[in-house]
Amino acid sequence: MAWTHSQTPPVKGHLPVLLPLRSMPQGLPLQDRLFNVWTASILVLALAAALITPAFAQDATPGRSAFAILLEWTPTLAKGFGFNVLISILSMAIGTVLGVGLGILQVSPLRPVRQVAWVITQFFRNSPWLVLLFYCILLIPFQIEVFGTKIPFPGWVKAVIGLSLPVMAYMSEYMRGAILSIPTGQWESAESLGFSRGQTLREIILPQTIKRVLPSWMNLYAVLTMATPLVSIVGVNDVMALTRAALSAEGRVDLLIPMYLYILCWFFLYCYPISALTRWLERKYSVKL
Amino acid sequence: MSWTEDQPIVSLKDVHKSFGEVKVLRGVSMDIQKGEVICIIGPSGSGKSTLIRCINALNDIQSGSITVEGIEVSDPKLDKLALRKKVGMVFQQYNLFPHRTVLQNVMMAPIKVLGQNKAEVEQRARDLIRKVRLEGKEDAYPGELSGGQQQRVAIARSLAMSPDVMLFDEVTAALDPETVKEVLNTIKDLAADGMTCILVTHEMGFAREIADCVYFTDRGVIVESGPPATFFDQATDPRTREFLSQVL
Repeated sequence: MAWTHSQTPPVKGHLPVLLPLRSMPQGLPLQDRLFNVWTASILVLALAAALITPAFAQDATPGRSAFAILLEWTPTLAKGFGFNVLISILSMAIGTVLGVGLGILQVSPLRPVRQVAWVITQFFRNSPWLVLLFYCILLIPFQIEVFGTKIPFPGWVKAVIGLSLPVMAYMSEYMRGAILSIPTGQWESAESLGFSRGQTLREIILPQTIKRVLPSWMNLYAVLTMATPLVSIVGVNDVMALTRAALSAEGRVDLLIPMYLYILCWFFLYCYPISALTRWLERKYSVKL
Repeated sequence: MSWTEDQPIVSLKDVHKSFGEVKVLRGVSMDIQKGEVICIIGPSGSGKSTLIRCINALNDIQSGSITVEGIEVSDPKLDKLALRKKVGMVFQQYNLFPHRTVLQNVMMAPIKVLGQNKAEVEQRARDLIRKVRLEGKEDAYPGELSGGQQQRVAIARSLAMSPDVMLFDEVTAALDPETVKEVLNTIKDLAADGMTCILVTHEMGFAREIADCVYFTDRGVIVESGPPATFFDQATDPRTREFLSQVL
């Protein structure tokens, strides 16, 4: 503003009390959001910690440096991390498809359909992910026979199914909220133009929900990715399981902290851009509907 | 029941409608002939909007009968699509589809609902957009248009279904004063082309100019009706006179 409290307002009735408390932050371009001073400092700190911690411990245990060992194990750990990413993508895909369907059923005009969809949603949304994983591992047979062909269900496939269940439930809630947030006028004008309910959903309502659901959906993906190490508990060889294997193979206590810190950095580097992009999208879409 | 053009195109007989305990319509009857322009005026909460929403079955009625070209609207086995092919509706809040361009908004219903040929529909849609004087805006999104422009797109979108009756529910109430006129002119053009129009409106000057018959509703009943000249200058019912003295 060009004038302060001590000066007379340029316009009569233009009072400081009417001004916004503080101006909205200027929207930064996406790349500046991703690579700004905060991100950089967090990364530097993480790397420094990873390097310094083993350096302190090194006097006690002779042999290769912790850094060299991390480097040596990197290809193996990368494969494990790739597995985590694969599991997260598959769970997300299955959960999204099921969740969108379930969300649509939650706003069905038929009361029983609505209620069943609601119960399913609430059940899986309020269950611990690890317990769901255990259930899937235990309940799903290791192979299913369909028309004489045996379809195997290895542990990681069961884990994908287990993780897709909470994703489905969250997605269902997001969809329900998004569909209900579309003004009723959209339904009415579609109805008066002769669109059936199904056509209205497909052609008019669902396309408009995408923008509203997208930020939550991406956030859910980041959360899901960070939850994938749970699969190591049910015997899938993900990055966590491989890290434990590497640690026991090396048998060095001083490696514990740097090794896990190293894995944390990987998850951070994968998930942080997603959450930054999410926040950027949220801001972008929050202004106009 | 077959309908011939000498019978009323829209006919309401003793229509009752309530939302829960609230009685919104308490015995409304009116006959509208093909090509007539009807304006419904009245204080807010008098049931004007509900009345015209009942005509295209957006609201159901508790008793009485509504027919449009012989189609019984309150029939539980009503073929809603058949009704909506005949009745077009324009809303106060335009309700355009924000994710589609102007041209797509106009083309959508004939293609998706009636299954008409895309090229033919596009030709007709472009003609309609020209008719509501929005040529050049075909590829704009609703959010990029002014309220008056959006409302004219809504009119074109409704006309694309080639209805016989158009319902206008306070279509200028959300508009800036200077854009009201462009929408009213569009409606005037339509009326001049012989379209049967039923308007709920607060534009008294417009009602006086364009209407064949003005209806005044209050508390769910039609208090008074007549051609605009007699209605506005020689209203007999005290409620009508009080209302007119407040708005004129």
